[in-house]
This record gives sequence, C-alpha cells and structure tokens, in this order.
Amino acid sequence: MAVDINIMVGGEAGQGVQAAGFIIAKALARYGLSVFADQDYESRVRGGHNFFRIRAGDGKVGAISEEVDILLALDQLSVDLHKGEVSSDGVIIFDSDKTNVGPGKRALGLPLERTAIETAKNKQSANTVALGAAMAVIGYDVAALKSVVLDYFGTGESGPANADAAARGYEASRAGSRWGIAKQASPASAQKRMMLNGNEAIAVGALAAGCKFVSAYPMTPSTTIMEYMAGKADELGIVVVQPEDEISAINMIIGAAYAGVRSMTATSGGGFCLMVEGLGLAGMTETPIVVLNAQRAGPAIGLPTRTEQGDLLFALHASHGDFPRVVLAPANVEDAFWLTVKAFNLADEYQVPVIVLTDQYLASSYATAEGFDLSKVQIKRGQLLSEGDPSKPEHYKRYEITASGISPRAFPMQSAAPVVADSDEHNEEGHMIEDAETRAAMMMKRQRKLEGLKKEISGPRTHGPPQADITLVGWGSTLGALREVVDTAAQHGLSVNLVHFAEIWPFPTEAANMALRGARRTFAVEGNPTAQFARVLRTEMGHQVSGAILKFDGRPLTPAYILAQLRKEVA
Amino acid sequence: MVNIADYAGGQPAWCPGCGNFAILNAMKKALVDLALEPHKVLMVSGIGQAGKLPHYTKGNVLNVLHGRTLPAAAGAKIANPGLTVIAVGGDGDGYGEGGNHFLHSVRRNHDITYLVHNNQVYALTKGQASPTSDVGFVSKTTPHGASTMLNSLAVAIAAGGTFVARGFSGDPDHLAELIKSGIRHRGFALIEVLQPCVSFNHRNTNAWYKERAYKLEGTSHQAGDRFAAMQKSQEWGDRIPIGVLYRQERPTFEDEFPVLAKGPLVKQAMDPAQVSALLDEFM
Ligand SMILES: Cc1ncc(C[n+]2csc(CCOP(=O)(O)OP(=O)(O)O)c2C)c(N)n1
Ligand code: SF4
Ligand SMILES: [Mg+2]
Repeated sequence: MAVDINIMVGGEAGQGVQAAGFIIAKALARYGLSVFADQDYESRVRGGHNFFRIRAGDGKVGAISEEVDILLALDQLSVDLHKGEVSSDGVIIFDSDKTNVGPGKRALGLPLERTAIETAKNKQSANTVALGAAMAVIGYDVAALKSVVLDYFGTGESGPANADAAARGYEASRAGSRWGIAKQASPASAQKRMMLNGNEAIAVGALAAGCKFVSAYPMTPSTTIMEYMAGKADELGIVVVQPEDEISAINMIIGAAYAGVRSMTATSGGGFCLMVEGLGLAGMTETPIVVLNAQRAGPAIGLPTRTEQGDLLFALHASHGDFPRVVLAPANVEDAFWLTVKAFNLADEYQVPVIVLTDQYLASSYATAEGFDLSKVQIKRGQLLSEGDPSKPEHYKRYEITASGISPRAFPMQSAAPVVADSDEHNEEGHMIEDAETRAAMMMKRQRKLEGLKKEISGPRTHGPPQADITLVGWGSTLGALREVVDTAAQHGLSVNLVHFAEIWPFPTEAANMALRGARRTFAVEGNPTAQFARVLRTEMGHQVSGAILKFDGRPLTPAYILAQLRKEVA
Repeated sequence: MVNIADYAGGQPAWCPGCGNFAILNAMKKALVDLALEPHKVLMVSGIGQAGKLPHYTKGNVLNVLHGRTLPAAAGAKIANPGLTVIAVGGDGDGYGEGGNHFLHSVRRNHDITYLVHNNQVYALTKGQASPTSDVGFVSKTTPHGASTMLNSLAVAIAAGGTFVARGFSGDPDHLAELIKSGIRHRGFALIEVLQPCVSFNHRNTNAWYKERAYKLEGTSHQAGDRFAAMQKSQEWGDRIPIGVLYRQERPTFEDEFPVLAKGPLVKQAMDPAQVSALLDEFM
C-alpha cells in the first residue's frame, strides 16, 4: 500500500477519545481510503485510559497495526503508555500546557485546552483541536475536515464551534506537514463508502431482513445494537423492548416469533448463559429466532469491555437435549450485515434458533465497506400455510411429520386454524404426549432439518497461495488480521495460506475437507486458551491441527502478534 | 355464534376432584359469553398442573417453560395485539420461577389476562411447598414448615397493577365473571384463583376455602381506591376476600409504541429498501 497511516487517540474516559477517533476515521474514509479502527476502553464512564486506533490505506485494510504514526495524547498517561508504539518517523501531538513528552520521539506540542476554550469556549473540545493538528500533519484538506466535523456535531452551536477548533489545531501545526495524503487520495476521486462498526452492520442487517421485534437487556459489547434499533424504531415501524432480564428477552422474542414476526435478541456471554433454556424452547417449539452473542472475555463478568472468542463450544451446545441450530460467526462488517440477513432466512425456513457470534472487537471496530446492495436482500420466510388458507384449518398440524422435517407454519389468526405449540414433547397437532413412538418420530423429524441446513452453509474462505508450508485456520472476526499475515508472510521468509470459517454450524464438513486437503502444517489461530475451533475440526472431520496460536488477554489478534508467534512456532 | 362445544378439547389428566376442572370450565364459559372465537384467543401456559390447561380446550396455544409464561405472552401480544392473550400457570410457576417476570409484567401493564391457579403447593412435582404455601406448611422439602407466604396481590398492587382480583374454583360462576372482566380490562389483569389440590394440599382444602371466602361485591369495598385495596390484600385467615380488589385505568404497554397504532406488527410489510436511508447515514 502506498498509503498506510496509523493514528491513535488516547485519553481518559470522558475526554472525547471516541469522538476524535471517529471523526478522523470518517475523514479518511471520505478521502476514499480503506479504514479500519478499533476501540480499547475500560469499564468506566470517567477517568482511566481509553484509546481508539485508526488505520487507513489505499489497499484493503482489515486489521489494526501495532505501530503508530501519529499519537494524539489527550493526557499524560497516553504518552507514557504508548510512546513506545510510535514509529521512528512518527509524531506525538500533545497539550504543551499539561503534558510532558520527553526526548526520543518527534513531538508537536500545542496548547490544546487553551485553544479549545478560545475557539469553542469549552476545554472539552481539546480533542477536536488535536485532531485538527493531526490532519494537518498528514496533509488532509482543511475544508474537507471542517465538513466532517460539522456533520458529526450538527449545525447547532457546537458544530461551527468545533469546526473552528479543528481549523485552529490544523493551522497551528501546518509546519509539520508530511505524508501528503492529499496527493494520493482526495474527496473528489473517492467513491462513496460507508463506515460502520459491527454492531451497526448487524442492526441494519436485521432491519433490512424485516426484523420487527427486538427484546434485549443491556450488556456490553452488544448494547449499541438495541440502542441503534430503538432509535430507528418509530421510523421503521418496529418495536424494541428492554425487559427485566435476558430470560425474559428470549422468551419474549419466542412469543413474538410464534405470532409471526421476525424477532431477535442481542446479548453477550453472561446474558447468553441466561437464555440457554429459552434457546431449547425455540428448538422444541420450532420457533424461528435470531440470538446475537457479542462475545466478551469470560467467564462470569470477565473483562466487560474486551474481546474473546471463548463462547464457540458453548454456542454449539447450549441447552439440554438435541435440536438443530445454526451458528454463524461474521468475519467483518460486510459479513455482519449479510449473515444477519441469512440468519433470519435460515431461522424462518428451517424453524430453528440461529446464533450469530461476534465479539467485542468486531462489535465496536469501524471499517469502511462498499455499499450493501439492498436489491440482493431476499426475505425467505419458508413454508407458510398461505394467508387465510381455508382448505383444512380444522386439521392444521403445526408439527406435521414431513420428509424435510419442516412443517408448514401458520400464525395465530391467519386463518381459522388454531396454532398449538408446545415445550413438552408433542404430537403433530402440538399437544403434549409421552409415548415412546411419537417422541422418537418427533425427534427424528427435528433432526432431519439438519440435512437441508447443511446444504445452506457456505464453506470456508481461502486466501493466499494454493500450496503453502503453513495453513492458518481461523474463524469469525480474525479474517482481516489473518489475511494480512498471509500477505506479508513471504517478506519474513514464510510460506503461508489461510482457511477461514464464518459459517460454522451445521459444520460444512465437505467444503472444509476440500479446503484443508493439501495442507501440510495447520495452525489454529483463535482468541481463546483452548483452541475451541480446533476441537470442532477434530470432532467433525478428524483433522488434528499441528499447533495453535492463541490469545486470551482480552485484546484482539493483530497481524504483528500472529506473525511473531508463528515465527516462534516454526523457528 | 360461539358455543361451549367450540371449546371442547382433550381429556384432562388431572386428579378427580381437582380445582383445575372448575377453572377450565369457568374460562370456557367466559370466552363463550364474550363470543370470542377460539382462533382469536391465545393461551400461553407454563409448566405445572395448571400449565396443562390449554391442552384441554381449543384455541391457539403456546405452552412454554416453567416460569416463563408472561414474557412469551407479552411478546405474542406485541406482535399481534388483535389476539386475546390469556396467560395460565401455577403459583410456583408465576411467583417462584417467574417472580421477576411477574413483577415487571404487572408494572408494564401488558394488555393480557393472567390466571394463577393458586393451590399453595407444587403439585406436578408432587407436593413441595410453594411461595404461597401457608406458614408452617410441612412438605418433604420443608420439614420445619414453610416460611412467610408471598402476598402476591399486595405485590401486584404495589408494582402498579391495574386489575388485581381473586377468584375461587368453588364458585365457578363468580370466577367466570371475573375472567370476563379481566379480559375486557385494557391492561394487565391478574386473577389469582384459590384452587384446592386434593392430592398434595390437605391443609387448604375446598372446605377450608369455602369457609373463608367471601365476595367483595355487595360490600362497601371501593376497587378504585388503592389504599383500600392494599388493606383488603392483607386479609388472609378467617376471612379471605374474593372479587376485584383493585382496578385502575392507565395506558397499556402496547399503547407506548406508535407503530402498533398502525396495525399489528405481523401484518406490516417487510421491505429491505426501507433501510436505504440508514445506509446513507454511514457515508
Ligand atoms: C426450570 C425448571 N425447574 C423445575 C421444573 C420442575 N417443575 C415442574 S412444575 C413445577 C412446580 C409446579 O408448581 P406450580 O407452578 O404451582 O403448578 P401446579 O403443578 O401446582 O399447578 C416444577 C418445580 C421445571 N419444569 N423447569
Ligand atoms: S395433583 Fe393436585 S393440582 Fe395436580 S391434578 Fe391432582 S389435585 Fe389437581
Ligand atoms: Mg401450584
């Protein structure tokens, strides 16, 4: 990539780290660059230390870099903690009235808070002054910057005030201008690109898919999904409810889905634990629901604001007894949108619960995406007893035994046919039974749905040379980082390719066999301590990985970390 | 015309003499009197002897988990407010396992009717104490006797209940009238029913209830007076009031959502193009 810029904004909670980071990311996206930005924040509202990292390039950027070109240090701690990550030709932008950078790195000191008070009458806008300075350093256009700031703060009082603050920061640091990205990219040449995070992509995916009912209990990092949807509810004609707990949430959506409405809930590990019996209820009553679990570091409360891929085996097995389910693990924001749409379709077509597994990293990382082509969104509701079908309402059997295992669905009040659904084992009419024969027939009927489902699941993505010494195997949010490892491995004398899964259950055994057929040495790369996906490979296709690169410190898997571990493994 | 035969269902698996039969009949009578057709009624039930009730009549049924009756009923009502939703469960189901849902469903005032068959015991699991067992009720799990009983009606009034009533299976006509009023009430109608369990509760028998139950109708009780209702809810012992303890009108939970005024969610169109304006906001 001719352009590869890494900017970090660091500061206390409450200093506007997120706002500054978001504006910078958005500004770079408007220049037509590919942007990826992640957030590292503590579970507190004021104080502590947060940072927001932005990486922008003219190629496809899918992960964060550990090296920082520009550090916007809104407090002393940000300098102390991150100075070592600043590259040799990087710059630290800091408040010259309050912060001490010391020797060793190029630094640009500005009176950030004073300037903020002069322009925006508010020291809170120090973050905007600092981002103005950063954008000057990389040679961004000031008019374009002001328009991004105005878009963010709105046309009220704070919009123009912050645009001024950004411009003052920009003017003050002109002299240091380098990188000159304006020469390589510009708003004029830019094609329109969206920038959104994983949670936003899930939320719009659900809305596009016709989800009309959401019941969810706040839990980081999933909360912004319900907040976003609640904010759009009246406009789009949906209902979002915050119930008393996650048990209520999942049982509410089961009630709504039974009544015929596409419904979902969103939570994180702890909330998902509470939903487990409800998941089984959806399985037994064959009620289509979508359950989003944005994983965070567990068990128990764990690290509330940090990432992990620790719930995979739990998601595959959650609830007692056997019933078909689908587990999808989006790799990036595009997947987050499209797999959410797919989740609703599979839920309806097969009348099963579908679990979408993301994690804090994907949930709160921003990325640029080509627009989602809404004409490609298909709403497939599966086999329904057609509207008002009067043919034989009296004999309607909610659980009619069929070859596919799918029984045509009717909604209450759709016709004169009452719809009987039961959590107890039941007969075709939906009434509770205890006899062995019916029980076995119903279990087999439900299990048969897996045969059709298996055909719906896409196999893994591959990347890199068809033959390589090392094949990395990953799943979920790590795709961007793993692709970068593959692309840069040759520079380190390594021959590496990738097999990556986003659609996990029912496990696509055949496609996985094809993809891993020629692999010499396989390494599972996962954000958990026990290589959970490697266990799935072993049980589902008898594949034993040669090794594993694992991370479970609550921080995302970066290309640099994976490469370093890989080099150790093969040394 | 709807008649009682329209509500004929499967053969109940309850013990002969169980109070549940009378509750079932009272409910059917109420639905027929209100001329509600079975396919417009949704019974959402929990797990326990009470939770089996919907299988013994006709209508839409969603028989869910133990204790989770109310959230499922609320979800269905929001999806299709045209349905007459009746939640049915036992005292253990509603006040024990589902206690949190009870509290908050009352508070939110979902437009549903909730029948709690209060036999003061866990019957399906064969006789353990329940949250409403009498103080000192000895069972295999409470050899030293049950502790203080939950005053569920007082809790409902305190939680913002808008229709709080008690019925008795030994007075099915009175109970049918209560169920009719509950269904007609806009909002959450709690109808707790004193129900003898002939197999596992030998203390609170039909005769025991009969001796004590007296009707509020015809007394000076003012159902619109919250303090009077709270006072009535404290009566339990020699005399037990049945009838409507408290009634109040306030907007239902479903009233809070402007989208529901446009018709049931289940009838509204699904159109992916609707989100195109949202995508523009990410540019
Ligand atoms: C999660 C869960 N815990 C426990 C049970 C076992 N169980 C079934 S019914 C019941 C209690 C029934 O008592 P109540 O709700 O009062 O109904 P009754 O049988 O008295 O009508 C229990 C504990 C269960 N089904 N699910
Ligand atoms: S055990 Fe009690 S509640 Fe259950 S059916 Fe028999 S009498 Fe009725
Ligand atoms: Mg009971």
